[in-house]
Amino acid sequence: MSDDEASKRPGVLATVFAPAKGLLEEVGTLADLAFHAVLWGARPPYRVSLVVTQMEFVGVQSIFLVGLVGLFTGMVFAVQTVYGFRRFGAENMVGGVVALTLSREMAPVLTAIMVAARAGSGMAAELGNMRSSEQIDALETMAVNPVQYLVVPRILAGIVMVPVLALVFFLIGIGGSWAIGVWGMSLDPGIFADRIKTMLVPADLTQGLIKALVFGFTVTLIACRHGYYASGGAVGVGQATTRAVVWSVVAVFLIDYVITSMLTTV
Amino acid sequence: MLDSTDAHVVVEGLVKRYGDRTILHGLDMTIGRAETLVVIGGSGAGKSTLVRHLIALERPTAGRIVIDGTDIASLSDVQLAKARRRFGMVFQKYALFDSMSVFDNVAFPLREQTKLSEKDIREKAMTKLKELGVDHAASLMPSQISGGMAKRVGIARALVMEPELLIYDEPTSGLDPVTSRTVDALIEEMRERFGVTSVVITHDMVSAFDIADRIAMLIKGRVVALGSPAEVLAVDNADVQGFISSSGVDVKRFEHRGNRKTAAELAARARERKAGRAE
Ligand SMILES: Nc1ncnc2c1ncn2[C@@H]1O[C@H](COP(=O)(O)OP(=O)(O)O)[C@@H](O)[C@H]1O
Ligand SMILES: [Mg+2]
Repeated sequence: MSDDEASKRPGVLATVFAPAKGLLEEVGTLADLAFHAVLWGARPPYRVSLVVTQMEFVGVQSIFLVGLVGLFTGMVFAVQTVYGFRRFGAENMVGGVVALTLSREMAPVLTAIMVAARAGSGMAAELGNMRSSEQIDALETMAVNPVQYLVVPRILAGIVMVPVLALVFFLIGIGGSWAIGVWGMSLDPGIFADRIKTMLVPADLTQGLIKALVFGFTVTLIACRHGYYASGGAVGVGQATTRAVVWSVVAVFLIDYVITSMLTTV
Repeated sequence: MLDSTDAHVVVEGLVKRYGDRTILHGLDMTIGRAETLVVIGGSGAGKSTLVRHLIALERPTAGRIVIDGTDIASLSDVQLAKARRRFGMVFQKYALFDSMSVFDNVAFPLREQTKLSEKDIREKAMTKLKELGVDHAASLMPSQISGGMAKRVGIARALVMEPELLIYDEPTSGLDPVTSRTVDALIEEMRERFGVTSVVITHDMVSAFDIADRIAMLIKGRVVALGSPAEVLAVDNADVQGFISSSGVDVKRFEHRGNRKTAAELAARARERKAGRAE
């Protein structure tokens, strides 16, 4: 309503703050959906089989991509760090530096982006279709809460599977960097492994897993939000899918900074 | 005509706005127990929006929906879930769950809302599928069946719980004439056997005049005619007359419907059944 009023009398302030207002509303919608997901997730019945189905979906949709991206990320990092560190004769450190970067940043962030692109877009499209073909209304009519039935299992799957996938990303990434470093750039395999052991502390892995967990929640929440509230038929579903991916990626980078600054003491 | 104690659904001053568009402009109507109310009107008149309010899929902007004497807006989540067990809806776009087989779709409300054994569920669901002539498709997925079949499966799913209030949103659109008459017969049968209150949206005027106790005509979110088929035919309103004459329905037909049971008789039987169940 007030949006329409504002567009009839476009003041400078209204124009400048319109996106900010939109963002606030968006956060409000997400918080509301998250609240209901927690509320309904806590209430029986617990639909374990739906959660398992969604975990399979997230895993199957994303594991190949995550592995592939993990492999190349590890390889690229090995090449770049060897190049840089050789300048001051520190190529011994490569294994450790790669492991740190992968565990704290690359694995959770890139995994979340892969999951958003594959599983998140799929969730938004599926829920959007269910909305436009009245399946969500049908659930409600049959006294089944659609948030409990559709949203909760997807968010739980994200919370569980993104950390698992991030771990896969990390391990394959280390493998890729080891392969390039040792076979391609003749680093000493013993030193490479030793530096990983000495430099990588549990807190690095914990930070990575915490991030992955929060991203898993965020990406699936945003995907569900756009699918669940989709409107306007096939076009609307297409838009919902795009928005789900775009906003997930933006949210991942934003939250990454927040968590990093909270968990890292320099 | 309607005894007020027999009112099943009462709509009072129902207004619905989306943004600054008003879709329903203050509707009032009473639907009697075991009555079949047919809602007619052009596309976009607000028919689906009206019936979605009756089962609390939409919240009124203003006004109330009272079912069995209770304002449904006053119900808690849990109470509403309970009330919904007594409602059924056949959706315009079938609304079959496309992740489940036809059989599982029809079994779904039984699994969710009853404690029946899997064997009883199978029997009930298959019986309904058979009644609608789609039992052979039980193991297929919704994407593998035609629109007409999907519609019948949607009807089977709504009927399987034997609800007290059944809403049909264009149950015969997209069906061939023979199947359409089968659906009409089913709507009649639900009413006769179980005393179901039915609200049927249709563009099929043959069907409208065949099954209606009363007809409500909606134009642009307003009720322009409400009454028995004969009364609606006699309404002195150009829009109403235009709608009916352009539908090409044989006006004489409805006058010879034989001896249908009256809504009052059926309502009395429905109450007995309910009392019997409560014991
Ligand atoms: N969720 C909604 N948001 C905005 N407009 C809507 C929504 N649902 C329905 N409408 C509008 O309400 C009007 C009536 O729709 P509907 O009740 O589906 O009509 P009918 O069933 O009579 O064809 C249409 O113009 C439609 O665009
Ligand atoms: Mg409609």
